[in-house]
Amino acid sequence: MTDTQPNTPSVVERTRAVSAGAPVVAAHFLGRTAVLVLGEEAVVLVADKGDETRLPVHGGGILSAATNGICVVTGGDDGKVFATDARGESRLVATDAKRRWIDHVAAGPDGAVAWSAGKQAFVAAGKAEPRAIEVQSTVGGLSFAPKGVRLAVAHYNGVSMWFPNAQAAPDVLEWKGSHHHVAFSPNGQFVVTAMQEPALHGWRIVDAKHMRMSGYSARVRSFGWTVGGKWLATAGSEQLVLWPFQSKEGPMGKQPKMFAAFAVRATTVACHPKQEVVAVGYADGTVLLVRTEDGAEVLGKGPGAGPVTALGWDTAGTLLAFGTEAGEAGVIDLG
Amino acid sequence: MSSEPVSTEKLPVTVLTGYLGAGKTTLLNRILSEPHGKKYAVIVNEFGEIGIDNELVVGADEEVFEMNNGCICCTVRGDLIRIIEGLMRRKGKFDAIIVETTGLADPAPVAQTFFVDENVGRRTKLDAVVTVADAKWLKDRLKDAPEAKNQIAFADVILLNKTDLVTDAELREVEARIRAINPYAKLHRTQRSQIPLDEILGRNAFDLDRILDIEPEFLHVSEHDHDHDHAHGHDHGHDHSHDHGGLKHYHDEDMQSFSLRTDKPLSADKFFPWIQKLVAEDGPAILRCKGILNFKDDPDRFVFQGVHMILDGDHQRAWKDGEKRDSKLVFIGRNLPEDKIRKGFDTVFA
Repeated sequence: MTDTQPNTPSVVERTRAVSAGAPVVAAHFLGRTAVLVLGEEAVVLVADKGDETRLPVHGGGILSAATNGICVVTGGDDGKVFATDARGESRLVATDAKRRWIDHVAAGPDGAVAWSAGKQAFVAAGKAEPRAIEVQSTVGGLSFAPKGVRLAVAHYNGVSMWFPNAQAAPDVLEWKGSHHHVAFSPNGQFVVTAMQEPALHGWRIVDAKHMRMSGYSARVRSFGWTVGGKWLATAGSEQLVLWPFQSKEGPMGKQPKMFAAFAVRATTVACHPKQEVVAVGYADGTVLLVRTEDGAEVLGKGPGAGPVTALGWDTAGTLLAFGTEAGEAGVIDLG
Repeated sequence: MSSEPVSTEKLPVTVLTGYLGAGKTTLLNRILSEPHGKKYAVIVNEFGEIGIDNELVVGADEEVFEMNNGCICCTVRGDLIRIIEGLMRRKGKFDAIIVETTGLADPAPVAQTFFVDENVGRRTKLDAVVTVADAKWLKDRLKDAPEAKNQIAFADVILLNKTDLVTDAELREVEARIRAINPYAKLHRTQRSQIPLDEILGRNAFDLDRILDIEPEFLHVSEHDHDHDHAHGHDHGHDHSHDHGGLKHYHDEDMQSFSLRTDKPLSADKFFPWIQKLVAEDGPAILRCKGILNFKDDPDRFVFQGVHMILDGDHQRAWKDGEKRDSKLVFIGRNLPEDKIRKGFDTVFA
């Protein structure tokens, strides 16, 4: 357990602070404009030159957010799904008929948007009417496959793999327990969920072969694949845990790599879009940039008032936006 | 264990249980409509029953799942975890959370949710389990509905409702039945769920002081009158009762409770392994346990509570000057291994 070394290189001075003033639940980029999604009502757009625009979007708490690079999709406890673009235009995508909470959203290829309310998941693509399915219990997470319109819907005891344009019932990848956040590997061969227990569960989609990834000290709330899908970078422990996904077997029978050991837990991770680098946010507000090859660290942000809850890179990998539960936020320009 | 920083004040959560038709919805409507200057987020199991349009009323689906942690009775309400995390987005907009359960719900998964999920536990605390019971029909439900009995056993506060529909004798009878299951809950007689809300909300019942300070008379009676024969037949209506100065005293067939008390300081090194082994072996039988503990060489009172196999405890506050330093524990459960627990407790003194 080592805290940041005194000689750790730092990019802190390249940070432009953003006055979020409220818990930040997600950080995305539309071009070079950062979009910080707040826990309640608003998103804050931070333009390249630093102009901040606070947009009231939802009439209540914002429960989820996702992006396709063109707009940021948000779901709220007002039962609404909005898509907000870089100019600050918010478009109402859907309103739940029963005004239920929109627990999860996902953004897919070709502008497809998915959301869930209770046990129902919906997909809207193009001009067609949204399609819906009902799964066995409340949806815990949603994710589009990297290609084609296929949606992974996490719930109790597994994940339903749904082709919204097909009539057939979805295949269910089964594993007992409560599954939350779900994501496909970039090559589309694996799907991984974060469970209620401090563990991840994965399946090789072609044969539903199981992968258990455990040993965390807490529930894993954030994970993602590094560029090209070589490593699965995960929070949930007092270090960055990287599971190897280079082979067709995934991480089975292999040990994870562990870097950036810290006194407090990693809460959020975001993988660099071009390089083998992971931004890691910790429970004390620290952000480190960690190279997956050798674990070299660069300090992105020093400790603050609350845990890091949002991290996001722009597609070029030169800008990193962060936000914390205490409302600290900023954009680091590495260019 | 947790490396998360200590967070700000936790929001109190009241769990509202009660068998079908006992008066839960009436009570909830009162909480939501009366001017009491507080705002409550209410998690209901059935939208529409509440006749009040309120953005802080949230529908839940009572989705229970088993944790994959090797603990067979560790069931959790996943929907509550999700909803409480969502409500935390609007922290500051309300003062407390009320969770309504369906009439047939087992309160254990609800209570366990607050101990099992770190994020929920970091931001909220279980304030009290409040059970609404129907004075006229509870007696029958205790015979034919195990859920009703669980709800009474779990309660920190019981509203014995609809007392206008029964005679005094019937009322005393049903109260005695309740006491046979759970002598430690605070019991209120009500009509149409009329009760000052501060009697049920913000109780800090898990603070335990008040509960454990109650030493009901009939408890003393039962403690020196424990050699009667329990081995009679298994048809209903045969429960024996004895009258002690007008107070009817029942023994419930399968649900019991008892308390332990000592002024000898306990050894933390002996107590924790003992209680952990106990709940690991007998957790399914133990619906609830709670206690205030006096450890040797510890200036603080230690409080703990448990539901089945899950235990949660912490230092509460320093013992006050002149305060009697003793340890008190309460167990409520089904077919409790009382002798084993009593003997085990005798081995944990410092």
